[in-house]
Amino acid sequence: MRDLDLVVEPGERVLLLGASGAGKSTLLAGLAGLLDPAASGTAAGSLSVDGVDPRQARVRTGMLAQDPETQLVMARAGDDVAFGLENRAVPRPQLWPRVDDALRAVGFPYGGEHSTSALSGGEQQRLALAGVLALRPSLLLLDEPSANLDPDGAALVRAAVAAVQQASAATTVLVEHRVSEALPLVDRVVALAPGGGVLADGPPEQVFTRAGAALAAAGVWVPGPAPALPPADRPDRPAAAETLLRAEDVAYTPPGASQPTVQRADAALAAGEVLALVGPNGAGKSTLLALLGGLLAPERGRVRAAASLAGTDAGRPPHRWPAAALAARIGTVFQNPEHQFLTGRVRDELALGPRRAGMGRPGVERVVGELLERLRLTPLATANPFTLSGGEKRRLSVATALATAPRVLLLDEPTFGQDRATWGELVELLATHRAGGGSVGAATHDEAFVAALADRALRLHPVALAADAAG
Amino acid sequence: MSLLAPPSALVVSGWLPAANPTARLLAATAVGALTLAALDPLTPALVITAVVVAARSGGIPLRLLALRGWPLLLSAGGVGLSNALLGIGGPQAGLATALRVVAAALPGVAVLLVTDPTDLADSLVQQAHVPPRFAYGALAALRLLPLLAAEWRTIAAARRARGLESGGNPIAALRLFAGQVFALLVAAIRRGTRLATAMDARGFDSAAERTVARPQLVRGSDRLLVLGATALPLLVMALGGWLGTLHLLGR
Repeated sequence: MRDLDLVVEPGERVLLLGASGAGKSTLLAGLAGLLDPAASGTAAGSLSVDGVDPRQARVRTGMLAQDPETQLVMARAGDDVAFGLENRAVPRPQLWPRVDDALRAVGFPYGGEHSTSALSGGEQQRLALAGVLALRPSLLLLDEPSANLDPDGAALVRAAVAAVQQASAATTVLVEHRVSEALPLVDRVVALAPGGGVLADGPPEQVFTRAGAALAAAGVWVPGPAPALPPADRPDRPAAAETLLRAEDVAYTPPGASQPTVQRADAALAAGEVLALVGPNGAGKSTLLALLGGLLAPERGRVRAAASLAGTDAGRPPHRWPAAALAARIGTVFQNPEHQFLTGRVRDELALGPRRAGMGRPGVERVVGELLERLRLTPLATANPFTLSGGEKRRLSVATALATAPRVLLLDEPTFGQDRATWGELVELLATHRAGGGSVGAATHDEAFVAALADRALRLHPVALAADAAG
Repeated sequence: MSLLAPPSALVVSGWLPAANPTARLLAATAVGALTLAALDPLTPALVITAVVVAARSGGIPLRLLALRGWPLLLSAGGVGLSNALLGIGGPQAGLATALRVVAAALPGVAVLLVTDPTDLADSLVQQAHVPPRFAYGALAALRLLPLLAAEWRTIAAARRARGLESGGNPIAALRLFAGQVFALLVAAIRRGTRLATAMDARGFDSAAERTVARPQLVRGSDRLLVLGATALPLLVMALGGWLGTLHLLGR
């Protein structure tokens, strides 16, 4: 973030937009008084809240970040809301009534004794919002509060934010990728330019009519349809395509969990198709993906691979294949790219898979060069993968999976948190993989992604809910 | 199975769960530490009996105590056996060592069984004047532990997906393990930083005095508990001295 001039008046509700790496989160952290100028890079210019340094205005600021797991502090819901009030030395007679008010304001469905580890992501975020709200901030900073949630959970969090805005006159600064959904919550849109400064600023209608195309070109999400695929990338699929991978009646329970995340599921993936695994958080989409991808052993049922995919391991389930062979046949891209980075340079990261699969030096060089070009990573070839922006990390993690040329590509929430430009690139890349006869399986909440790319969607339901319905 | 279970997992009532958490911790420490002063088998045996009786009367079902205490029994048995076979004191010294291990640790197991981590942190801050930054920081970190276990499995799967595997080679396995530990460490630090930021955003880093949402009281019975816990091993040792069975450390 640089060369930014921005004034937000009291009571304004601002939606902050910008492509990945434009500095939205940095600005929010700065406004929240959470940036330590001594430790976090170089600072220039001035930032003030109510005319003073944001670090002095902290008592008037409330901030909600995107990861529900690290927003909550205490083991019981009521204690968690009380935590901020204790820190601000609110006397006990007023403390618990304020906790109850805040829980009510966000529509928290349980009592204060409810365990915070037994909540869904949407419930956790609403509880975290209650914790912020109880402090009665005059400036509310929301950093993609619904980014990690399924559509239903996201809608509940937005409803809670709307209710909060109705009840208080707090100034709101919201960062949110799902622009259309966020618009009812704001009366002003500010788009940050990637190079620094402001790209557009004004009432939403005005900004999107005047600068919509420029914003989209800069990678910012704008209301309306997602980028469309060129028609050539949507081939007619042969009716009788070979089934490459099939999960039959599989179940899996994570160690220490009391019930399975996947119970008696079936799934099949054919050559040249894109299968979307959809369903709410906790439905077992990631687990089913890992079972198909040979990363987990099913506790019942089995996963079978076509002989043409299994090669020398024909007849064996994918979870028994040697890792190097697995990576050359089924590539899995995890939700968090950092989990898969193994080296200190982008170039080495891409070379690792092909080298382990036994490819010679010239072959590896060629594959790496091609992928760097195709995914616009060439200027970053010697950078450390951990220092890349969110969009660049995503592109690199997909590229590492493609480096071993697997026929099957499995991805967990590939478009999560991506700006419009990266989103479009990913969709095109996967369409190209399909056009070459490969198949793609993706666990996703992204309805636009499903609409743009998927040939078929498989909807999963949480095991607990199914059990409740039966009992 | 964790020693620090959430309160919802255990429905135990009685005077022991009702006692002040810091007093409970002090009592367990007093019993355990003082009993270690005796080297003969009778002293720890009597103390263990008294602790079991007290735990039962305090509200802990014996079955639950056995369920949580069996790893302790197992390790005590192991220590005792190796002492009996290899030590110079023979079987009697082995037995005494095993009993001493149990006597030292059992009060702690019993007390942690009925201790809610939140109550303990509250009480440590209010009664033992532990800095809130430390007590509640540790409490928040405790919440992250199950997440780290899941993260460890995710990292392992992610590395297999990249083609990494030892293939039965122990040196490769060791290198892989080290790499995975490092990846977990990085992930843990990232999560911890985010959690600390969220805590500070809610005013945890302000130097001002905090208020207390959940007051922990110290009653007369809590003083009695600590006093009784200190007296128990001393009385048992006095009895041993009178019977002539007591063998004190360093004598």
